Amino acid sequence: MNFLLINFFLISLLLITTFFIFKTTSLISVVALTGAFTLLCSAIYVNLDAVDVAFTEAAVGSGISTILMVMAAAKLPEGKKNKLINLFPSIILAVSISLILIIIIANLPLLGDPNAPIHLHVVPEYLKESKDFFHIPNVVTNILASYRGFDTLGETIVIFTAGLGVIALLTSNTLNRKTNFKKNNKKNER
Amino acid sequence: MVGGLFIIITSQNYLKKVVGLAIFQTAVFVFFVSLAKVLDGTAPILTKMENAYSNPLPHVLILTAIVVGVATSALGLALVLQIYRNYETIEEKEIQSLELKSDK
Amino acid sequence: MRDKISSSPVLSVVSKILFAPIIIFGLYVQFHGDYGPGGGFQAGVIVAAAFILYSMIFGLSKGETLVPIMINRYLMCVGVLLYAGVGIVSILLDGMYLDYNVLSSDPSTGQHIGIILVELGVGITVATVMIALYHSFASFGEVNE
Repeated sequence: MNFLLINFFLISLLLITTFFIFKTTSLISVVALTGAFTLLCSAIYVNLDAVDVAFTEAAVGSGISTILMVMAAAKLPEGKKNKLINLFPSIILAVSISLILIIIIANLPLLGDPNAPIHLHVVPEYLKESKDFFHIPNVVTNILASYRGFDTLGETIVIFTAGLGVIALLTSNTLNRKTNFKKNNKKNER
Repeated sequence: MVGGLFIIITSQNYLKKVVGLAIFQTAVFVFFVSLAKVLDGTAPILTKMENAYSNPLPHVLILTAIVVGVATSALGLALVLQIYRNYETIEEKEIQSLELKSDK
Repeated sequence: MRDKISSSPVLSVVSKILFAPIIIFGLYVQFHGDYGPGGGFQAGVIVAAAFILYSMIFGLSKGETLVPIMINRYLMCVGVLLYAGVGIVSILLDGMYLDYNVLSSDPSTGQHIGIILVELGVGITVATVMIALYHSFASFGEVNE
């Protein structure tokens, strides 16, 4: 019961934070609110017994990601208070998607049900082998590196490629179209 | 999650769009991890005692996905910075009008 | 901006004190990942956070002398290649790709070695990519103009 109460409280805080991210126009405030958002998420993960995920979210999500966003926001101009675009269609889209999701969630097994299909296949073997054969207490590390080695290799390569992409985007001179663009603008003005 | 989608569509500022994408992503992560919860279970670190553990498989998937998500949103931020350098604005409407002007 | 050194002595002293403990904590998370929460991804980020703190406080060029950009880029590749190389080694030892059982005479020890090497590869990649991201964001707009 306690668990559900804490969860409910944290999720309502998340909703409030999302609402304020939506309302704020100042970029720095948006970034700070995003940091708070990810920290709340890591609290939720601890509550859901996912300590590894909470650790990652706290280090990566609210640490590095906030730093990068602050760096970007410092170089960008202050956000302007503009009219919202596409307001009407997006309300329809949001309402219909949330209706569909509520219908789907009603059909899912209850939260924390030990007999849900997800807990019956493959994972009991992982837990048993991890104890008897590998002698590695942290099953998450075990699955990450051993059973799902290919996955993790792929993810590492994705991170590597994203890093390469950022380096290529931010340190190259050839992408700078500014001079060209300005010339064109001047021509048009004449 | 719907809130994130709403922010993506309605905000004009590109940085806010990236933030909306991150929120959308995080909502999916929370949903995934909530599937792994077992009532009265503990974190999946084996101890001497026999008790129920929550499902470690979604944890693994989400753990890698979080780091990848940050790397990709950094890529998005880099794109936003480049857009700002070339157009000197990151508001969608202004960029559209600039593009129209240069096409004429 | 680029060579601006923080004027506050509090910040520079605190960051000097914190630098080594952060890296040691990162290494602890890296190699203790088998027994408690942690692993390559988190450890990489924590180590990167130490270097990012250093270059935030003491200016970007000092951070560049601490971790030269080219070495950082080479290390990015080394991390991925270490991961992929473990797979190749296990093929050469008559196993399947990323099959750690063959890395040692005892399969359990082999798994341990494989997992530690792979996590090390992940950690190196994540740490160097995060440092590279920070450097390219921080130096954006100052190199070219």
